[in-house]
Amino acid sequence: MEEFLTIGKRIPKRDAPQKATGSAIYIQDLKIPGMLYGKILYSKYPHAKILKIDTSRAEKLPGVKAVITGSDTPTFKFGFFKDNPPLKTGKVLSMRDELAAVAAIDPQIAEEALELIDVEYEELPGIFDPLEAMKEGAPILHEGLKSNILKLPWRLICGDVDAAKADSAYIVEDTFSTQWVTHCCLGTSGCIALFDMNNNLTIYSNTQIPSLAQRNYIDALGVFGLKNKRVRVVQCVIGGGFGSKLDTYAYEYIAILLALKARKPVKVVFSREEEFFATSPRQNTITKISHGCTKEGTLLFREMEMILDNGAYTSWGATTPSVMMMPISSLYKVPNIKYIAQCVYTNNTYSQAMRGYGNPQATFAIESSIEQLAEKAGIDSYEFRLKNANEPGEITPQNFKITSCGMKECIDAVVKKLDWQSKKGRHDGRGVGMASLIHVGGGARVYKSDGCGTMIKIDDYGKIDIFTGSSEIGQGSETIIAQIVAEVLGVNVDDINVINNDTDVCPWDVGAHASRTTFVAGNSALGAAKKIKAQVLKIASKSLGESPEVLDIRSGVIFSTKDKEKSISLGKVLRNAHYASGGKMLMAEYFYDPANENFDKDFKGNLSVSYAYGTHGVEVEVDRETGQVKVLKYIAAHDVGKAINPMLLEGQIYGGGLMGLGYALSERMVFRDGRLMNANFLDYKMLTAKDIPPVEAVIVETDEKDGPFGAKGIGEPGLVPTAPAIANAIYDAVGVRIKDLPITPEKILKALKEKEKGEKKQ
Amino acid sequence: MKKEIVFILNGEEVKVEVEPEWTLLYFLREVYGLTGTKEGCGYGECGACTVIINDKAINSCLYPVLEVEGKNVTTIEGLLSKDGELHPLQKAFIEEGAVQCGFCTPGMIMAAKALLDEKEKPTEDDIKESIAGNLCRCTGYVKIIDAIKTVVGGR
Repeated sequence: MEEFLTIGKRIPKRDAPQKATGSAIYIQDLKIPGMLYGKILYSKYPHAKILKIDTSRAEKLPGVKAVITGSDTPTFKFGFFKDNPPLKTGKVLSMRDELAAVAAIDPQIAEEALELIDVEYEELPGIFDPLEAMKEGAPILHEGLKSNILKLPWRLICGDVDAAKADSAYIVEDTFSTQWVTHCCLGTSGCIALFDMNNNLTIYSNTQIPSLAQRNYIDALGVFGLKNKRVRVVQCVIGGGFGSKLDTYAYEYIAILLALKARKPVKVVFSREEEFFATSPRQNTITKISHGCTKEGTLLFREMEMILDNGAYTSWGATTPSVMMMPISSLYKVPNIKYIAQCVYTNNTYSQAMRGYGNPQATFAIESSIEQLAEKAGIDSYEFRLKNANEPGEITPQNFKITSCGMKECIDAVVKKLDWQSKKGRHDGRGVGMASLIHVGGGARVYKSDGCGTMIKIDDYGKIDIFTGSSEIGQGSETIIAQIVAEVLGVNVDDINVINNDTDVCPWDVGAHASRTTFVAGNSALGAAKKIKAQVLKIASKSLGESPEVLDIRSGVIFSTKDKEKSISLGKVLRNAHYASGGKMLMAEYFYDPANENFDKDFKGNLSVSYAYGTHGVEVEVDRETGQVKVLKYIAAHDVGKAINPMLLEGQIYGGGLMGLGYALSERMVFRDGRLMNANFLDYKMLTAKDIPPVEAVIVETDEKDGPFGAKGIGEPGLVPTAPAIANAIYDAVGVRIKDLPITPEKILKALKEKEKGEKKQ
Repeated sequence: MKKEIVFILNGEEVKVEVEPEWTLLYFLREVYGLTGTKEGCGYGECGACTVIINDKAINSCLYPVLEVEGKNVTTIEGLLSKDGELHPLQKAFIEEGAVQCGFCTPGMIMAAKALLDEKEKPTEDDIKESIAGNLCRCTGYVKIIDAIKTVVGGR
């Protein structure tokens, strides 16, 4: 096996010292001289006509520097469908609709000014249930549309499901549903917008998509009357992402508009309550699913119909069915697939990306149903999964080309660690359950490009600066990139500086999404490092009188592999290059765009160049009296290709797993008529340190041929299979299957009672 | 009406004028410029603003600044030694991978410090209890607990 200097090492996160000492600067901590504080007035009703907005009293309040509404700002719409104006006119469609905004010299005055804005509404009946909104004759939310069903063609057909049904020995059919949940980033959303004297914009932001956000802001400035202006996006240290920052939001445009009007920097930072109700969460889904298999348990078909609550406006949430197609078509070998999804406008909050991007909802239905089918076929669900498991070399019905695949190893690891065979099927209040996952592991071609750029320069002292398009959102990308470059260049990780937060200096990138950063930004950094190494060795070869091919670098020293006496320090080579006549600076750039494919019109194509697999297994104990579920053991096995940094990798698995556990058991945004009833941490039940079970991460390495040093993505997979694994274990423990998340004690008790009734009747 | 108060902040006596409605968190972040203490919710549910007051971990977002009169307050900035050495808990959080986005980290470390100041050899349950009021969305708490255990184990 190859000996690595930094790859595979448990190297601490490079930004951890700043974060652990309180010196890291988040948007909350940043102040710009002369800065004003912006606050937003939201709607009082989920659906209403706006008759009048009177801001005159607010404008007169001392300390108020700007007040804006939709009617006194240019018409601009943002979001995936461009259906969402930053400030609403005419009608409000949800409780989070923005009506007006204020910039003042301090936050209290801004808050006070909001109370002085008078709004007259005419309340309209709201629609909060997507099923109601789909009915014929239902009031239409968006003017000019004929239906509340979004015009999105989510339909995947592979093979012949009807024929497969006829051939199936066993068929199961059921309906599963999931709830609204939110990211709960500990650092709330925020930005600071400021213009220079030439009306170029700088925006300090939390975004996960600096390059795409830059484009959105440039588009907005064009509409605001500022064409051809420069936009610089600077990211502060980001207090959690999880997909929440994959789109631009009204508050950012509002900050820009306020800054433009007040001619001062304007900061908008969300309160916790705003973070709950005014950011865009993972939507609820209703899924009808049917599976069939042969007598021997070979899967023949999977059919799914899904309804998703889009909410009032359209962001990336509406596109999550595209990613759901991945597990639907390619989790286990299933030759015949049919999937249809409809996203529906309602007067609820609007949905966006959240870690897993639809995969958790789809996998909950799939893996619950697989368990039902295995039982019906009379096969242990572990053997059933193993029999149908994905394998390297497979081409799935959606045309995914499976390269490396450690699914069987993950299943086996769970079975062994849980002592599955002796524990399964006892139905004595304790039970075991498992569920697997597939996710993109080599980027995902969501946009036309899936690329990331890197630039590297080396200074006179042998220190290295890496300029990467990728974003550090806490996941550790900065450290991973430094490790990759350090490995190639034979330098210490501490000699590397990673610059990753400023569009003025950093290259282009699609964003921190789709678990792509280690793979795509890693490969980009790898390419740049190799290029600059070749340059360095070429220059050194002249000084050392050796050909570049026999030279290598270790600990910042270039040496001949043939004659160890011949060596020169990296810094010296650089100084030689800079000071020589006709001198040269050492810099390299590399743009990596993986060879993955956009879906064709039938939603087929190799979305990612590599796929990540995993299996989670849990042992639970269910109290029949209280319905309480105690997770006794949690095994999370993941095929990661190669662990570039096992410590950070485990962090992703644990963090994902525990977020998945909250999704399974406790988290839910409670909406009543469009109003979020639990916009705080007391009532929205995120897990605490006391709620976590003993959890073990199992890392399966499969050496992905296209990955940087063999690695694939791991950011999202950790939470994908948790909920069905828990549901399956509860079924094994007490014989009731909960088909609606979260699995609360109330639902278990109700199901137990119904089961008891049913048994008595018999 | 501003009022003068005197208290110990990170080992040094401070004499400051404060508004009675200020919370300690507001004073630390907005007036005194100590932004290491974070505001995650503003109503005592997330623990990001945890500081130590007279040996106890306290949510500074709920604590009236007037109440610190005569007391001993330590924030995350007060954990470094005079010559800039990291506190063992800070070292452990960094080396054990207990930090991801980092927003909860200062509060988490302060909560753990209050525990370690009180108990020489806390159990795992003690550790979980001590940080139960500190929410973290990134780590699943596993490596945070491991980091604190490492410090306990080194005693």
